[in-house]
Amino acid sequence: MAITEAKKMTTLQVKRFKPSENPTNTFLTDEKGVWAWMTTVDHKKIGIMYLVAVAFFFALAGFLAIALRTELWTPAKTFIEADTYNQLFTLHGAMMVFFVLVPSIPAALGNFILPMQLGAKDVAFPRLNLASLYIYVAGAIFTFAALASGGFDTGWTFYTPYSSDGNGAGVIWVTLGVFILGFSSILTGTNFITTIHKLRAPGITWDRLPLNIWALYATSIIQVLATPVLAITILLLSFENIMDIGIFDPALGGDPVLFQHFFWFYSHPAVYIMIVPGFGIISEVISTFSKKTVFGYWAIALSSLAIAFIGFLVWGHHMFTSGQSAVATTVFSFLTFLVGIPTGIKIFNWIATLYRGSIDMKTPMLYVFIFLFLFSIGGFTGIMLGALSVDIHLHDTYYVVAHFHYVMMGGTLIALLAGLHYWWPKMTGKMYNEKLAQISAVLIFIGFNMTFLPQFIMGAQGMPRRYYNYIDQFTPFHQTSTIGSYILGVAFLIILYYLVKSLFSGEKAPSNPWNSRGLEWQSTSPPDFHNFDHTPVVINGPYDYHKPMEEFQLGLAVSHEGHDAEHAPAEVDTTEEKA
Amino acid sequence: MANHSASHPAHVQHHFVDSDQQFDSAKLGMWVFLVNEILFFGGLFCAYIIFRAWYPELFTQAALQLDKVWGGVNTIVLIGSSLTVAMAIRSAQRNEIKGLRINLMITILLACVFLVIKYFEYEHKLHLGIAPGFFWNPAPEVTATLDHPQANIFFSIYYMMTGIHGLHVLVGIGLMIWLYIRAGKGHFSAEYYTPVEITGLYWHLVDLIWIFLFPLLYLIE
Ligand code: HEM
Ligand SMILES: [Cu+2]
Repeated sequence: MAITEAKKMTTLQVKRFKPSENPTNTFLTDEKGVWAWMTTVDHKKIGIMYLVAVAFFFALAGFLAIALRTELWTPAKTFIEADTYNQLFTLHGAMMVFFVLVPSIPAALGNFILPMQLGAKDVAFPRLNLASLYIYVAGAIFTFAALASGGFDTGWTFYTPYSSDGNGAGVIWVTLGVFILGFSSILTGTNFITTIHKLRAPGITWDRLPLNIWALYATSIIQVLATPVLAITILLLSFENIMDIGIFDPALGGDPVLFQHFFWFYSHPAVYIMIVPGFGIISEVISTFSKKTVFGYWAIALSSLAIAFIGFLVWGHHMFTSGQSAVATTVFSFLTFLVGIPTGIKIFNWIATLYRGSIDMKTPMLYVFIFLFLFSIGGFTGIMLGALSVDIHLHDTYYVVAHFHYVMMGGTLIALLAGLHYWWPKMTGKMYNEKLAQISAVLIFIGFNMTFLPQFIMGAQGMPRRYYNYIDQFTPFHQTSTIGSYILGVAFLIILYYLVKSLFSGEKAPSNPWNSRGLEWQSTSPPDFHNFDHTPVVINGPYDYHKPMEEFQLGLAVSHEGHDAEHAPAEVDTTEEKA
Repeated sequence: MANHSASHPAHVQHHFVDSDQQFDSAKLGMWVFLVNEILFFGGLFCAYIIFRAWYPELFTQAALQLDKVWGGVNTIVLIGSSLTVAMAIRSAQRNEIKGLRINLMITILLACVFLVIKYFEYEHKLHLGIAPGFFWNPAPEVTATLDHPQANIFFSIYYMMTGIHGLHVLVGIGLMIWLYIRAGKGHFSAEYYTPVEITGLYWHLVDLIWIFLFPLLYLIE
């Protein structure tokens, strides 16, 4: 063993490359113009375009949410018709899930950051990466076509028979849109798995992989295993609508519960597609702003994989009242509790990371604390919903609505905001206004809890979800919730304001404003077209804050075949030299 | 730029260090994609299992409508094409570009034979009114032996499964024509035949799926 190990060692000549604080050549200056952007295969530009697309859909779906909440101001009709209401909540849910949360962290931030954290020049398949963006756009066009052809009002879950009996063209278009969109997710996942396996810079062994990469790795595995099942389900549903093939429609001898099984076989894992990359961001930010090694590296890394695995075994908890067998419900309930374990492991390790750290409450860290608070509530209420007897009462009430908003918005979206603020200086080369950022973070926290805490109470008291009307006793709760949503709206507008402003008049960002040890920070801000103008060599863990910064700025001194990451550099020559 | 190694061969894309890394990446990417495909068809196989459990007598009756002989011929044709695509890869590894092109051509022809036979099978069925969904309108000679209220569901599954599989065959033909042309232009050699290798992997999966489809649809009694 020792002999073979020794044989594999290669000696690399390295020197220090200190990133320039005044880069003249960056990926933003390298290829300019609309056409260059649209045909680029640069992961950074693709990531940014994804970010813009995701922000656009978030704004659109958020606007719908405000409209929905406004309608719920009074128990009866406020300003829109019941049918319109059904269409709006469907559109809101479908867009938020499929167009915002699923691609948000991996395809937008992940695309930008993943190759940089690996010290690679790009993802393994840059052209597929661009294709995935266009597939996303095609999916979006289909969804707008659905709106133009009468809309759809099935809920984002597209349950049959709502979605199969005579809904018209709207459902066909949107389901085909989601089908197409799935491929963009699959391509991203395939790309990331390959990149992580094959494109690591010299010295990045599996135990030096940033936790963000572990999280994206677990996410990609879920994307690759779950999304094709959604694709075939949605395709069958489309054919059910186009030519009555009788697979899901009970009127034709089909099985609507089979649709639910198929749908949740994807969609429960999909909730982990949404949250696990968020976990990755939290690990990065928490370590950077505590200036401390992450506590329990392997526990955090492997719990992502555990979540990915267990996540495939719990889908039945969405169907406790759908006529599943009693044995199945019991087993699913038990397995659901198991998911809480790896999630809990992560939370405890993050908190242990904070312990005795030198905590710097910058905006990204503020979002981490908001995340820990909100996501924990979301997770705990998930466990409650997983308990059979409780769920029979709570199923399809506002309690479920509150639960998934706490995890999806309080978890994923807050993590996205943490990551966006954390990497913004790297991505754009500009600093945002810290004060405004902190104010809006606090507003989001307040607005969020005002919006969704009352929904737990209403739900427990029996307010059903997806209802247009409600009985008078719920009025105060609904109105608090509506006011909360307005606060959220204002907070997001502030964020939009200062982020856009920073692009034009923001202070110039230093290469490493947070003094992070992460590899992505050892490049210029914004990075060079090839991310680094040397081949980075890594000799320390990504969170080794006790080691000097110089040791994190190494690169190959000579041109060398250094792609094989397992070959840890045995001899490292750290001659001080400015690049 | 320092990380632009000057010794890059033409076929190596700029973000790879060397040819090996590019080859390994492409191969891993294709395997991941195949996993995808398996899950995609997995959904259909799952639907098949569920409906066969719901209506067991329907499946045994309806399968009689399918032509075992031509199904069997098609199975042999596809297995043969798997062999020739493997031989194409072998030729590429040995730098025998002529052999590569001949083997690709045979594979393409076999794939076309498969589709032609499939076309006649479909044609015959549609002629008898055995069509998917609301086009279902069976002729009297069909209803004489196949009398089941949900008979159309079996054929919906049949058309979905074989149709999507057929689409994969079509994509495979397209890919191999592309390889054939590129091989003609001298793009491949023993140093670089990655596209041949990964298309071969894809083609084996397409065959493999048919090897499951054939007994499950044609050979149940
Ligand atoms: C500790 C982890 C979690 C557990 C135990 C859990 C459990 C549950 C259960 C049992 C339900 C079904 C409630 C019902 O319909 O009666 C549910 C619904 C839901 N959960 Fe979770 N959950 C967890 C985490 C998450 C995460 C991380 C997300 C997303 C990021 C999420 C998103 C959702 C959504 C969207 C629904 C509602 C789906 C619908 O019917 O429209 N959950 N959860
Ligand atoms: Cu679930």
